[in-house]
Amino acid sequence: MSDLALDITLTVNGETVHERVEARKTLVDFLRDDLSLTGSHVGCEHGVCGACTVRVNGEIVRGCLMLAVQCDGATVETIEGLSDSGEVADLQLAFEQRNALQCGYCTPGMVAAAQDLLLQAKQSGGVPSRDEIREHLSGNYCRCTGYHAIVDAVEAVAVARAGGTK
Amino acid sequence: MKITDDSPPVLSALDRPNSYIGRSVPRPNLQRLTQGRGQYVSDVTLPRMAQVAFVRSPHAHARIVNIATDAAKKSPGVIAVVTGAELAKVMTPWVGVLTHLKGLKSAPQYPIAVERACWQGEAVCAVVARTRALAEDACELVEVAYEALPAVTDPESALDAKTPVIHAALGDNLCFERKLEVGAVDKAFAESDAVVETTFMFGRHTGVTNEPRSIVADWNPSEQRLTVYQGTQAPHMMQNLFAKHLALEEHQVRVLTKDVGGSFGIKVHTYADEMATVALSKLLKRPVKFVADRIESFVTDIHARDHRIKAKIGVNKDGAITAFEIDDLTGIGPYSVYPRTSGIEANQVVNLTGGPYTCPNYRAQARVVFQNKNVMCQYRAVGHPIAVAVTEGLVELAAAKIGMDPLEFRRRNLIADDAYPCTSAAGLKFEKLSHHESLAHLDSMMNYAGLRAEQKKLRAQSIHRGIGFASFIEVTNPSAAFYGVGGARITSQDGATVKLDAQGMISIHSGVTEQGQGAEAVLAQCVASSFGVSMDKVRVITGDTDNTPYGGGTWASRAAGIGGEAAWQAGKALRGNVLAVAGAMLQTKPEDLDIRNGIVVDKISGTERLGLDELARVAYFRPDTLPPGFQAELMATRHYVPRAWPFAFTNGIQASYLEVDVDTGFVKLLKHWCVEDCGTIINPQLVDEQIRGGVVQGIGAALFEQCLYDERGQMLNGNMADYLVPMAVEMPDIDCGHVVSPTADSELGAKGAGEAGTAGAPACVMNAINDALRPLGAAPLTDMPFTPDKILRALGKV
Repeated sequence: MSDLALDITLTVNGETVHERVEARKTLVDFLRDDLSLTGSHVGCEHGVCGACTVRVNGEIVRGCLMLAVQCDGATVETIEGLSDSGEVADLQLAFEQRNALQCGYCTPGMVAAAQDLLLQAKQSGGVPSRDEIREHLSGNYCRCTGYHAIVDAVEAVAVARAGGTK
Repeated sequence: MKITDDSPPVLSALDRPNSYIGRSVPRPNLQRLTQGRGQYVSDVTLPRMAQVAFVRSPHAHARIVNIATDAAKKSPGVIAVVTGAELAKVMTPWVGVLTHLKGLKSAPQYPIAVERACWQGEAVCAVVARTRALAEDACELVEVAYEALPAVTDPESALDAKTPVIHAALGDNLCFERKLEVGAVDKAFAESDAVVETTFMFGRHTGVTNEPRSIVADWNPSEQRLTVYQGTQAPHMMQNLFAKHLALEEHQVRVLTKDVGGSFGIKVHTYADEMATVALSKLLKRPVKFVADRIESFVTDIHARDHRIKAKIGVNKDGAITAFEIDDLTGIGPYSVYPRTSGIEANQVVNLTGGPYTCPNYRAQARVVFQNKNVMCQYRAVGHPIAVAVTEGLVELAAAKIGMDPLEFRRRNLIADDAYPCTSAAGLKFEKLSHHESLAHLDSMMNYAGLRAEQKKLRAQSIHRGIGFASFIEVTNPSAAFYGVGGARITSQDGATVKLDAQGMISIHSGVTEQGQGAEAVLAQCVASSFGVSMDKVRVITGDTDNTPYGGGTWASRAAGIGGEAAWQAGKALRGNVLAVAGAMLQTKPEDLDIRNGIVVDKISGTERLGLDELARVAYFRPDTLPPGFQAELMATRHYVPRAWPFAFTNGIQASYLEVDVDTGFVKLLKHWCVEDCGTIINPQLVDEQIRGGVVQGIGAALFEQCLYDERGQMLNGNMADYLVPMAVEMPDIDCGHVVSPTADSELGAKGAGEAGTAGAPACVMNAINDALRPLGAAPLTDMPFTPDKILRALGKV
């Protein structure tokens, strides 16, 4: 039942948010229903499809497996924030040019997961292989593309960010 | 890898200056999706909107004795608790039959079960509340008393005399039956050098769209109008159905479809819970939203492909196929799905089996039976994956039996490229196919000889790789022969309205819909090319029954071939209209002018004469300066429907290269190839991505996906942790190639490309697995999905 609600304060896409939320409410429902950030999608609600992938304190998480109340004091970034800041602009452009999305429902989560890999690759100074890209994105379900185009797009951005061309 | 398409641009006779036909231009509407600014129905919120959750039957078959709703009605936030009997007063039931599928029968289906639930997951009561969570809370307080009834689950015994009849009024559990016999089948088998016989099993699977089915219905009694926001492939079809079953006129109903989070044939049917949502809005006089959750998707989204096929092929030592025979049995749940019916898949299996080959002797039987499981209906490539797997499975088993290379075997049997037009044994009419050219292209693209050498070398090191093929045909661009002739109000024609605005920009309103396949890009390419502007001057509007020409939407690979042709013709017509204005303004004959890159030019010299912005300014604001009696018409509408052929068949061939771990039974996909012929290619990148996405859906069927039911009709794996779908790490890179045989039925010559990948992939993965295991003495695997346990069993290891 919905008796228990708590006050939380967090930063979402750079803005401070104070809200009273039901303890049972997931992060993705909170983002979508309470903050109208509909770019994070709900696909399976049990942590398999990755459509709700967002960044919490710098780590990508499943918005359906985390409760909103767990984000008290946290910094949350959604596709809206990643887009507005320009952080993933090159990934988004590559996805558009390579048609690495069809229905687009998985794309916000896919872009967040890809950006996570590319940030890791930047730290290690390498360019991930196609197999490594596939491995890292294997928690994000795409029913439309068959993944090939997504791997192409992420690979192209990885190479470009490392200063190369391929 | 470079971000470019991997196919050479295909030039067509349609090339005008600055033509976009055959160019891999990016889709114009992608940024809103990459930035999370799409508008899916699950995102829609309206003033006064309530949400509905359904109490669903835990039994596969049960009489509903009583529904106690008092406690639920008092639950916080609850607006209404409505049973099937109450909702039946608002909406009439439906029966999913088509008259051209002779004998097909079904029972009336209600938006919410009345008296009886016929599958696990059927809605028996609706709870409408302020939020979905509050509605779900109250669902737990609805007490339904059931009297469990025997569940009919096994198709094999569904027609036995001792099996209960699910719908007594129908007399038996047979939904539909078809028999076909062509040539001298028994004689051909008797005279064959060899006969191969086996049984193919196909796992019941489903679409698993990433966005579940979603609908917001808004009945406004003050306007007597119903507005429905729905993730659907066919808005006009749904407009008709909502109107019909609510006793409204179609013009009282508006269906709006913006972004759809995946459809694949799942979202082109009538779903009881969506109909209930619409009826609830009418009843409650306010917007009601329903978004299926994942388990609801698994137990109510249509399933497909649950077929058992006994199959037989006759062959001579020279490789000639002498006869095909199939006996198909499929269980489709308790109702034939409305309005497309659940008889089409089996009917397609009968039509398509043996389709690529010259063999004149063919016998087929298909029986479609009712059962107490979720309904089955048309899902991407309807029937094709089954017919192709049966045909190509038999072909490779026969080739192995006579010791012939599988590609050589196909060369000896595929219909010759110069034999068209021709008719298949099952009666399919082929305008122009290219099986041999496609096969030759595939052979060189994959370096077949090199792969065979590699396979042999690795075999010596106990690495077991397999190569499998699948030739296929695909039904696209359907005429009225698919549904219209059977009495369904599902239009096969489509339309486009093209308008020049007051600044010289173009808008297109089209009856086809965007499901992510790139239909809007294709429409923009067609109009930009035939009218003569750059694509950035073109805006596409789809998915609104108030504002688009009446059209069929997206299904059976029709959007590009049919909607594209209508758009092409509308662009041409508008060019004619605009040039009439230009001729009047320039005192020149319109036929001496053209529009290129948004400017009216002299057709011969290319000299620029007039900008479209100036033309539009005069036509809209200073028409007084045009000659007396001249009326500018800056809007043109054209429609198109295929007439010369019932369907535009496409063809192609796929290959799979994979490795089987004989200790664990795991299959590692190494590479996949597809060469296909969809006629004129409007956008090579979009075609390739349709192929790739389709191939991976087919791979899912071959290796992972199955809706598992127990004998009581309980689905055992209705979640994405237990029902496996292809993820990035298991999938191979997929190379695409093309042969181009345009259809002469349209000026564009484009056929469909949306289902070819799904049609052929399961067959060629199956054949590759068997190719890998054959030298190890394994019994051929013909029971999809090919999970590790089945592979180990075939190897005799478990």
